[in-house]
Amino acid sequence: MQPLLLLIVIAGLMGFGYYFGRSRSVSMAEGFGGSNRLHSLPAYYGFYAALWAGLPALALLVLWMFFQDTIITWLVIGSLPADLQDLPAERLNLLVNDIKNLATGNIVSSEITAPIQAAADRYNQLREVARTSIWTLAISLALISLVIARSRISPQLRARNYVEKTVINVLVIFSTIAILTTLGVVLSVFYESLLFFRKVPVSEFLLGTEWSPQIALRADQVGASGSFGSIPLFTGTLLVSAIAMVVAVPIGLMSAIYLSEYAGPRFRAVSKPLLEILAGIPTVVYGFFAALTMAPFIRSLGESFGLEVASESALAAGLVMGVMIIPFVSSLSDDVINAVPQSLREGSYALGATHSETVKKVVFRAALPGIVGGILLAVSRAIGETMIVVMAAGLSANLTANPLESVTTVTVQIVTLLTGDQEFDSAKTLAAFALGLSLFVITLILNVIALHTVRKYREQYD
Amino acid sequence: MTSVSTVIDSENRDEIAPVSAGDRDGPQDGFKETVGDIYHPRPRLTCRNVDVCYDNGAAHAIRNVSLDIGEMEVLAMIGPSGCGKSTFLRCLNRMNDTIDGCEVTGSIRLDGEEIYSKDLDVVPLRARVGMVFQKPNPFPKSIYENVAYGPRIHGLAANKAELDEVVESSLKRAALWGEVCDRLHQPGTGLSGGQQQRLCIARAIAVSPEVILMDEPCSALDPIATAKVEELIDELRKRYTIVIVTHSMQQAARVSQRTAYFHLGNLVEMDETDRIFTDPQHQLTEDYITGRFG
Amino acid sequence: MTNETQRTIDIVHAGLRKRYARERRFRLMGLMAISLGLLFVSILFLDISLKGYTAFQQTYLRLQVYYDPSIIDPAGTTRHDDLAFADYAALVKQSLRTVFPDVTDRQDKRELYKLASPGAGQALARRVLADPSVIGNREEIWVLANDDVDMLAKGKIDRDAPEDVRRLDDRALAWIDRLEQRGDIRKQFNTGFFSSGDSRQPEQAGIAGALMGSFYTLLLTLLMSFPLAVGTAVYLEEFAPRNRLTDLIEVNINNLAAVPSIIFGLLGLAVFINFFGVPRSTPLVGALVLTLMTLPTIIIASRSALKSVPPSIREAALAVGASPLQTQIHHVLPLAMPGMLTGTIIGMAQALGETAPLLMIGMIAFIVDVPQGVTDPATVLPVQIFLWADSPERAFVERTSAAIMVLLAFLVAMNLLAVLLRRRFERRW
Repeated sequence: MQPLLLLIVIAGLMGFGYYFGRSRSVSMAEGFGGSNRLHSLPAYYGFYAALWAGLPALALLVLWMFFQDTIITWLVIGSLPADLQDLPAERLNLLVNDIKNLATGNIVSSEITAPIQAAADRYNQLREVARTSIWTLAISLALISLVIARSRISPQLRARNYVEKTVINVLVIFSTIAILTTLGVVLSVFYESLLFFRKVPVSEFLLGTEWSPQIALRADQVGASGSFGSIPLFTGTLLVSAIAMVVAVPIGLMSAIYLSEYAGPRFRAVSKPLLEILAGIPTVVYGFFAALTMAPFIRSLGESFGLEVASESALAAGLVMGVMIIPFVSSLSDDVINAVPQSLREGSYALGATHSETVKKVVFRAALPGIVGGILLAVSRAIGETMIVVMAAGLSANLTANPLESVTTVTVQIVTLLTGDQEFDSAKTLAAFALGLSLFVITLILNVIALHTVRKYREQYD
Repeated sequence: MTSVSTVIDSENRDEIAPVSAGDRDGPQDGFKETVGDIYHPRPRLTCRNVDVCYDNGAAHAIRNVSLDIGEMEVLAMIGPSGCGKSTFLRCLNRMNDTIDGCEVTGSIRLDGEEIYSKDLDVVPLRARVGMVFQKPNPFPKSIYENVAYGPRIHGLAANKAELDEVVESSLKRAALWGEVCDRLHQPGTGLSGGQQQRLCIARAIAVSPEVILMDEPCSALDPIATAKVEELIDELRKRYTIVIVTHSMQQAARVSQRTAYFHLGNLVEMDETDRIFTDPQHQLTEDYITGRFG
Repeated sequence: MTNETQRTIDIVHAGLRKRYARERRFRLMGLMAISLGLLFVSILFLDISLKGYTAFQQTYLRLQVYYDPSIIDPAGTTRHDDLAFADYAALVKQSLRTVFPDVTDRQDKRELYKLASPGAGQALARRVLADPSVIGNREEIWVLANDDVDMLAKGKIDRDAPEDVRRLDDRALAWIDRLEQRGDIRKQFNTGFFSSGDSRQPEQAGIAGALMGSFYTLLLTLLMSFPLAVGTAVYLEEFAPRNRLTDLIEVNINNLAAVPSIIFGLLGLAVFINFFGVPRSTPLVGALVLTLMTLPTIIIASRSALKSVPPSIREAALAVGASPLQTQIHHVLPLAMPGMLTGTIIGMAQALGETAPLLMIGMIAFIVDVPQGVTDPATVLPVQIFLWADSPERAFVERTSAAIMVLLAFLVAMNLLAVLLRRRFERRW
């Protein structure tokens, strides 16, 4: 909890800075004829000093927290004997892990040799140095900044303007986090995928129909076998999503139509939130339900008709996923249907159309772009859904369109490939990132189209 | 939320006693009773003692209005905004049904048939009494589909050829055919405002109604488009009974044969259009048409 | 009336019956869709509660235990370490043997010992360590029964099933019946479920560890995401110029809200763990991932809360000479705060129920200890549910369902809080 303690110390310094800046401004103002001669309220001089005390030290602390480990690891590797440094990347990674484990007193997988022991000691020593230096650096930085702030405080100082400008700049930094996140996703997933495509050609990944990432029983066997054709995963994903949409679209859409066009206010007030409960249930609960209730039910139902049903059928996962998506479709459609202007309904009624004719031929037609956008969002959601399929769909990559068979999906494979204990650089682990990249690209395209359609639709009737 | 309190059995309008406003409500805002001639020699719609309340009685929008709307005439309804003329218009094809908490009492008959009777079906009623709205509201479909909508839902055309014919003749009657005949399958929302409004008129006459209600049909249009629609209304008068609500006295004078002046939910004066504008009987009417308020 | 209109009226009337039939069918379809949806809700809740309510009770065995000094403390040192590592399971076995002196076969004995949970020995150890003076005494004590006994007591093992497919064979059934006749088996409220961490033994497994893990993770998520989201929302809504950059940020936020959560797990693994070296399996890395995931939700809610504050308030404040930031802090933010809090609660509820990205960053590990801080390895409630759902033991099904009930209770409470907040502070301008 070292960083936290340091954080508290810096916060304390900021508090001190506030009172210091405030009282200093007041006492300086005495000489000029009272605090109303100050440019800003005394509190702003306080904030001014506090920001000086805190911001540089905090920035330093953040940088340190992010890069400490990377730099120390790099230094430790640099200090290793040359023969160890020349190891292939994945072996070196293992070695570094061992060193860290040894240093922190955890269980080490390989034999402890002298260089490793030395490296571990060096690692600990570097960490100790880093810890002391960050404390010294951060606190002295805060104090030096305070001195600078002190020299700047004068009645003419536009403290409020400085403080406000700083606050707004901080807000700007906050708002770039969204971009950084996307950038982080793209870069990290893209980089690991590149590594993967160096081992496995893109064409095999995109066009291969065989998925069996079981490779590398021994360390010297890396990349020797295993096939990474992702087509069965995508067909499996499509199959499960299609079943889900077959359930969710009619039920969700009809519910939305009934709620917005037919239901009385009281019925609407009760049933709409009840239906939306479905959206708030965690997916792991749906997965449990799918695996323990729906799958056995479908299996026994199928067997009573003499059908052979896999115990982890695509149907069970798809049906439950459909139930999960119902409120998603219904509340998006509900919004869209409510946005259809009343004048269109009246135009239709005035021609003698019945309620359902108006709904089907005018309201639905008018709302169609918005509804399509909503459904696209729902599809993207179904494709990216993980827990239901992890728990209720299978692991074997079957290329089939039969919903009674077991299929696997992209998300299931990502989870399976990454939850075991693997070396980070094996093709098997990297394959998860390639799958993640394709998943990200597909859902991104769907989302962009969907959000664009919905927005265009909204603008049309605003 | 509609109920009928006064249903008069007789088919003969002569037996319906002429009613003055004072019979039911006391004088309001200097208003005594309707002056002028509410009757028409060949009436299509006869309205007696019509009252409309919104919000389940909280707001009284129309008070005790009685009037006749004749065959092949254009009746204009004028009055300051909020006087209830649009509300009254919407009573005539029961469009007020779609508003929660709106209650209509009194008697409105179309060719002697009580339209607020419990047995009456609004679907055929609205096929007989068409409506054009203040803002053009073409459906987001093609021009053709907009006009064909009514005939389609009612099953008026036996086949495609018949439907084509209905669409064509309706567009011709709405004086729009020449402008759109080469782009029937483009969206109706792409037309100009005036064209859209004429499209809505074509849509209304495609089901061959007997009466067309127009709720300020030109208020969203520019003067040139307005002139075209007014011309059209004059033309349509030969086949249909038209009731038009307008905020423009000039328009009322141009297109209508008779004019009804509404004030705060009351029918103040109703007479030949020429008379209303040249020799109003009631002080309120005179004040309105001379521009003292409005 | 012209011929044309008469013809129209006739045709319209002729078609009415069919059209009204269609109207009724359509309406019925709508009603059926809603009913189906509501049916799913009720099936889901019923299924989970019926499976899970039994887990709130646990079966205990009454044992007459002799705290044999020759087993616990043969050397007589009474040192803490000696006492802690003694073979307490032997005491349990001894006491079971005295109840059933007729069981002599080795195989049978081993079966007999299985009636008590491995946790029984631990309970005795705790008893002795708390009060070493019991050594050498005889005492009656209630200990955890094994999960199969528990399942039988709760009626979840079918006595009439053929012996070879039943978890308990006939002799075990006979022993249990005898214990029951003697009043040595009873069910009581399952406090262990709420106070202990995970375990391989269903009867010993509890959600305390997962609850604490969820608590730390959520607390950190809240601390990070709330200021970030509110700051972003205020900047974008109130200060940002309309340009390419802010447009890009906006599109980005909307898209991030729809990115599959598992992608955030990949990000966490590649960036936080492998690049920045944040320790795996900890609430810290979990919270970092969940923060990124919930940010868009809270930002979008906060922006709409800010939008609903009428511009007249801002103008009034600016007109008396407040700076833009003062206007925000003194007037706009307090008015928008309920909406922002509602959005935050909903975002937190999302984070509480999220599982997939946490699997990627190692929160799936089997962890017995209750975490004591944000850098201790931990798991969270939904992941615990996932782990238990994967366990083959029959008794884990009811534990899983019960854990789901606890999770849902928290979610319902959070959503209710959001609804109440909205009702209480809702303002129409």
